[in-house]
Amino acid sequence: MKVLYFAWLRERIGTGSEEVETNASTVAELVAELTSREDRYAAAFADMSAVRVAVDQTMTDIDASLTGAAEVAFFPPMTGG
Amino acid sequence: MSVSVQIEDFDISQEIGALTAVRTDIGAVVTFTGLVRDVGGGQPVSAMELEHWPGMTEQALEQIETQARQRWSLKATRIVHRYGALKPGDQIVLVIAASPHRGAAFEAAEFMMDFLKTRAPFWKKETMPQGARWVDARDADDAAQARWDQP
Repeated sequence: MKVLYFAWLRERIGTGSEEVETNASTVAELVAELTSREDRYAAAFADMSAVRVAVDQTMTDIDASLTGAAEVAFFPPMTGG
Repeated sequence: MSVSVQIEDFDISQEIGALTAVRTDIGAVVTFTGLVRDVGGGQPVSAMELEHWPGMTEQALEQIETQARQRWSLKATRIVHRYGALKPGDQIVLVIAASPHRGAAFEAAEFMMDFLKTRAPFWKKETMPQGARWVDARDADDAAQARWDQP
């Protein structure tokens, strides 16, 4: 699965995009799996209230299913304009 | 109706001209321009870096334009948003709404900006004397967007 990170999530994790081998069935499971793998993920996902999620480029939430999904993106609330 | 996500600066009069030169049924043009402020959270800001999500950003801006055109009788809309390295005083964003009468253009320009603030995948990082920091989203921006949900 392709996983994207933006802004301070990208900085904490150290990459903007990576391929992740996972059997996670929800976003929450993926977050838990990554968090247990390495400290940099734990640092990025420490406060999930500050993290927004998109699955296949559609905004969703932590409980979203990953069945059939090709891409997950994690990012802070948007601050454009 | 068009959107541009670009590094380069934009020229407001040129952008208005491109919309109004091809038709004469527009009676009102409202533009909003956002600039980089030289202060953030009480600290002086010397530079700004704007990150975005290529592909997704354009799609989000097009959706915002489509929503505005479904809601108001608009003859033309345009959104230009810059990314990359900016400095205080630089233009960041341009929104244009054009309609036969001013009411729709005023409201649609504000609507597009309010949605852009909370729905377009941009992230600002400000450089300050102590270092750089990612700008926090403001509750006021969520509230500004939410008021359009009310009938």
